[in-house]
Amino acid sequence: MVAFLIRRVFGMIIVLLAVSFLTYLIFFKIPGGDVAGRIAGKTATPQNIASIKAKLGLNHNFVVQWYDMVKQLVTGNLVSYYDGTNVVSQIKQGIPATFSLCIGAAVIWLFFGILVGTISAVYAGRFSDRAITALALIGISLPVAWLGLILRYVFAEGGLTTIFPDGGYVPLTSDPAQWFWHMLLPWFTLAVLFIGCYGRVLRSNILGTINEDFVRTARAKGLSSRQILVKHVLRASLIPIVTLFGLDFAAVLGGGAIITETVFVLHGVGYYAYQAIQKQDLPPLMGVTLYGAAFIVVFSTLVDVAYAYLDPRIRLT
Amino acid sequence: MATTGTTQEEFTLDTAAELAAEAGGSPIEGKSPWVLAGRRLRRNYVALASLAVFLLVVIVCMCAPLYVSHVSHIGVIDGNPSGFVHENGKKIPILAQGGVTFNKNGSANLTAGGGIPIGPQWGASGGAYIFGADELGRDVGTRLLYGGRNTLQIGLTAAAICTLFSIILALLAAYFGGASDWIISRFFDLIWAFPVVLLGIALGTALSINGFHHWGINIAAGSLWIPTAVIAFVFIPYLGRPLRGQVLALRNREFVEAATAQGAGPLRIMFTELLPNIASSVLVLFTLIVANAILTEVGLSFLGAGVQPPHPSWGTMIAEGQDVLSSDPWLSVLPGIAIAITVLSLNVFGDGLRDALDPRAKVRIEH
Repeated sequence: MVAFLIRRVFGMIIVLLAVSFLTYLIFFKIPGGDVAGRIAGKTATPQNIASIKAKLGLNHNFVVQWYDMVKQLVTGNLVSYYDGTNVVSQIKQGIPATFSLCIGAAVIWLFFGILVGTISAVYAGRFSDRAITALALIGISLPVAWLGLILRYVFAEGGLTTIFPDGGYVPLTSDPAQWFWHMLLPWFTLAVLFIGCYGRVLRSNILGTINEDFVRTARAKGLSSRQILVKHVLRASLIPIVTLFGLDFAAVLGGGAIITETVFVLHGVGYYAYQAIQKQDLPPLMGVTLYGAAFIVVFSTLVDVAYAYLDPRIRLT
Repeated sequence: MATTGTTQEEFTLDTAAELAAEAGGSPIEGKSPWVLAGRRLRRNYVALASLAVFLLVVIVCMCAPLYVSHVSHIGVIDGNPSGFVHENGKKIPILAQGGVTFNKNGSANLTAGGGIPIGPQWGASGGAYIFGADELGRDVGTRLLYGGRNTLQIGLTAAAICTLFSIILALLAAYFGGASDWIISRFFDLIWAFPVVLLGIALGTALSINGFHHWGINIAAGSLWIPTAVIAFVFIPYLGRPLRGQVLALRNREFVEAATAQGAGPLRIMFTELLPNIASSVLVLFTLIVANAILTEVGLSFLGAGVQPPHPSWGTMIAEGQDVLSSDPWLSVLPGIAIAITVLSLNVFGDGLRDALDPRAKVRIEH
């Protein structure tokens, strides 16, 4: 176990280094060498550009530039090209809104995903199964941006009613009731896609597990079908869901909920990245991309550990 | 087919023919897995109807130039902001001009500043503005068709490029194993480590600044090839990983040994022995990747990292309608309905195709 953890942590560091290098290539190499010219603006003199180049270290070779970028991110000194604000502190400011959105949405999508998957597997082939499968397919086919805008229009802008607030974020610490009220529509917007997805995956897992020997044994022991479903079938079927959930949750925490945050004007990490896109401001995007990748890398290790814990057939090696 | 198990090998076509001959009937003809799959698919009316819907959407969007020349007479980029439509003999400006107007009794009427477009005309104005105008006086119907053309083109092309590269990488990794497998698998892991949308916007934004000018490839900044390439790139591991696994499982089967014994080289084994055996999975995964590529294009364009204005796409149209959502919801609603219909039809067809061809193929992508 300890050897496994050490190896995984070591591997994680290597992946993060590779991730940061790809990020460096994307943001420094693709746009070409005139980063300094872009920052200096249209009326820049050659001296201006040269001094900016020197300041940003653009004259060094790529290893040094890459090292500088990582160092700035780790030490929290990376600043926006556009307005000079500190990227790391801006990302930190966005974390409460992003975490509120993701944790709430995750609770909703896990609850409904498991409910929907179990019901449709238990009634496989019957009408309720087909109806749920159809709804799940519709759920994964809706563009998130559109779903969010429609919910906003119908429930917040007077399409049907105006009972919900029209976007924005209220910190949990300042007013819990308003926080909850503001988050309700975003939670559902983000959760809909995953509910359909998890329901479908769980349904096929349950249908696969029902034919396993240990389920037959449980039935032979005389357990009720309810006990078999909850204690044996569902437990085994939920293990693959843990993997899915770990990675999905990491992706939305790491800024993957950017569209939902943009539609509902939640000032989270994703919204920060969205503003950076509008200004073609690269350092914030660089920070958010690395922050998102770091979440995925860390969570995928956690998922492996959880997997071994939940499924005794798997050994960590 | 990968599904040929041991049970089918005991009951060969020859025994089937013998049994049929004993019974006095004509010998049973052998059917290829593709014929059997086609028969299963033909019985799945929901999947066939979905395919028809998708093809209809593609054909309608391809006819966008005809719509402009015969119905709307308004181009895709140029609006007509100072124009009027005639309704019941009255002239209605396409955009409310805003400012101060004076009533007959002398009181002043303040209206919001210009750019409030007219709503859908439903044919009242003779073909123009059937679905209304946007805030620049452009015909929503025209833009919907051209936007669909761009979105579909990006989705289909990106999925095709992604599938091509994934197949090649999966074959190389699984056939040669060793170092090439290690490098390709680590490459998949690396892309896998980024959230799809974030990697997409990172690449899309970086490329939208100057375009791409490396290794002799020159792509201008506003080109549709940028979102296409970005989407193809970010989806490679989602296709490459499952395909690599499948090839790995086939790699040590007897038919590969037989081909090696016949003196077949790596290329021939990869493309004439292994590739046909994963073709059914490729087909299913391709359908699902197209659906996901369209949704990703919409997401990227909505955020400003995909198709760049003034070019339309269903994603940019949703984004443009966002600012005037409360007054003109149809600007965002229409492209959204178009996307939902297209993606739903692809997903339903992909499901049917999977049931018919390869029930084990799976693809999962986070957004």
